[in-house]
Amino acid sequence: MSTPDRTAQIPFRRLVDVELRKLADTRSALWLLVSIALIAVGAVAVLVLFAPFQATYADLANAVAYPLGLLVPMVGLLSITSEWSQRGALTTFTLVPRRGRVIAAKAACVAGLTVVATALTFGLAACGALLSAAAEGTAAVWNLSWADHLYLFTFQAIGVAVGFTLGAILRRSSVALVGYLMFALVVPSLSSQLALGVEWWGAAAPWLDLTHAQYALLGATVTGEQWTQLGITAALWIAVPFALGLWQLRRVEIR
Amino acid sequence: MITISALTKRYGDLTAVDDVSFTARPGRVTGFLGPNGAGKSTTLRILTGLAEATSGTAEVLGRRFADLPNPGREVGVLLDASAQHAGRTGRESLVLAQRTLGLPAARVSETLDRVGLTPKEAKRRVGNYSLGMRQRLGVATALIGEPQVLILDEPANGLDPAGIRWMRDLLRGFADDGGTVLLSSHLLAEIETIADDIVVIGGGRVVAGGPKAELLAGVGTLVRADDVGALTAALEAAGQTASPTDDGAVLTDADLAGAGRAAFSAGVPVTELRAADGVGLEETFLALTAPTQRDAGGTRPPVSSHAPTTTGAVA
Repeated sequence: MSTPDRTAQIPFRRLVDVELRKLADTRSALWLLVSIALIAVGAVAVLVLFAPFQATYADLANAVAYPLGLLVPMVGLLSITSEWSQRGALTTFTLVPRRGRVIAAKAACVAGLTVVATALTFGLAACGALLSAAAEGTAAVWNLSWADHLYLFTFQAIGVAVGFTLGAILRRSSVALVGYLMFALVVPSLSSQLALGVEWWGAAAPWLDLTHAQYALLGATVTGEQWTQLGITAALWIAVPFALGLWQLRRVEIR
Repeated sequence: MITISALTKRYGDLTAVDDVSFTARPGRVTGFLGPNGAGKSTTLRILTGLAEATSGTAEVLGRRFADLPNPGREVGVLLDASAQHAGRTGRESLVLAQRTLGLPAARVSETLDRVGLTPKEAKRRVGNYSLGMRQRLGVATALIGEPQVLILDEPANGLDPAGIRWMRDLLRGFADDGGTVLLSSHLLAEIETIADDIVVIGGGRVVAGGPKAELLAGVGTLVRADDVGALTAALEAAGQTASPTDDGAVLTDADLAGAGRAAFSAGVPVTELRAADGVGLEETFLALTAPTQRDAGGTRPPVSSHAPTTTGAVA
């Protein structure tokens, strides 16, 4: 490899290469990825071994999608917050002062990770479906359409976008992780509790509650209205907050 | 070349950096000296694009730092040796810099070698490093792109005496090869041994600056005589300042010849006559920054003739 010109702009692919390394170059980051993979394998194994029925492809894909949908966004979140919590931001942003490019490179890596995670979901589900069928002595049930595959990927991508957004806004690992768990676990259950008792919220929730709209993707069909709800809630909880977070992140003083 | 002009940074009501101007030139080591909280780090953060100035400009090699296409190849920066991911190995931290800058992989080992980190140490995680080892790793990150300018905030922190000597030789060599070095410190002795030019900052303002030799000369002369009273009177009669020191000498703003003549014409035998360097610069430093220091007791002392009133303190 020859040394490029001193005053050549850093190409984006080099930033992606570096950010990709950072996803796995510490023990904790590596273990987070390994645990996610193990949990995915475990989810399939449990269903294949212990389910009292033949696990179909869809059953298995959903069983993997739930834990991954919770965990993969954390990788995205930590990819931003670890720069601040571990203070590497000081080095990162003196080497690349255009902070937006670093965030874009991180986004590219996390998007790639989402694709890999979804592929892993389908791959493991397929293996599980074959094993389960073999155990029962029947044919495997392939009950997901191409559209369903796409919906499941979108489901994962929205979760990752939420994690990444929270990372960009909060920039502290502990605070952002708590915020993420609140958003992913506590708020949806509160929202559905509230919807049961308060009529107007029951009607408004699908238009305001991102998680509610997100889970529509795992249903049998996705209606036009549900797509609209997904678009609105995603703009409300992802696009707008991320734009604000990025605006602030590019200006904030790094100490 | 680093050019800072009329730089001001306010945080609400607090003015952390107040109209700071100075230049750090190629081939010279510029020491940025000031007590803690004087505004050194804020100035360096603005210079390296980590903070935005309220007004004024800070340029490296004629450009804003953020406008350099690949800053690591032109400017080596070490602002805080502790600010490194504790979970990465030393080598991995350096690999990230090498890859970001687009350098050959071999450069990592070369640079580790250059800063005196052994391959075994480089395999350990930064969290287990001593502050001195982190400083070396930080210097490696700054040097790996073979820059023309070095900007270092308190680089001697945590180094043992041999490490300080190593740092001094490294910076000296860098400047002698034509590089520009700007380093900050709150320790006068550290700056005094290495810097060619000194900028003293206190309370966010540059209170003195210039070539070290001139700053030392500006400090005046130390005269000793058996009769301190007569000596003081003689100097004052000649129109010079005279302040007795604790150990029975007299500090004056006269130069050597002037102080000698004044004593001679008054018939006062002089037992010692020398430039009041070292101790003098320390007193100057303390005096210059006293009004801004927590321990400050007295009034603002006279500022040396090098106190900048215009841009370009280190002219």
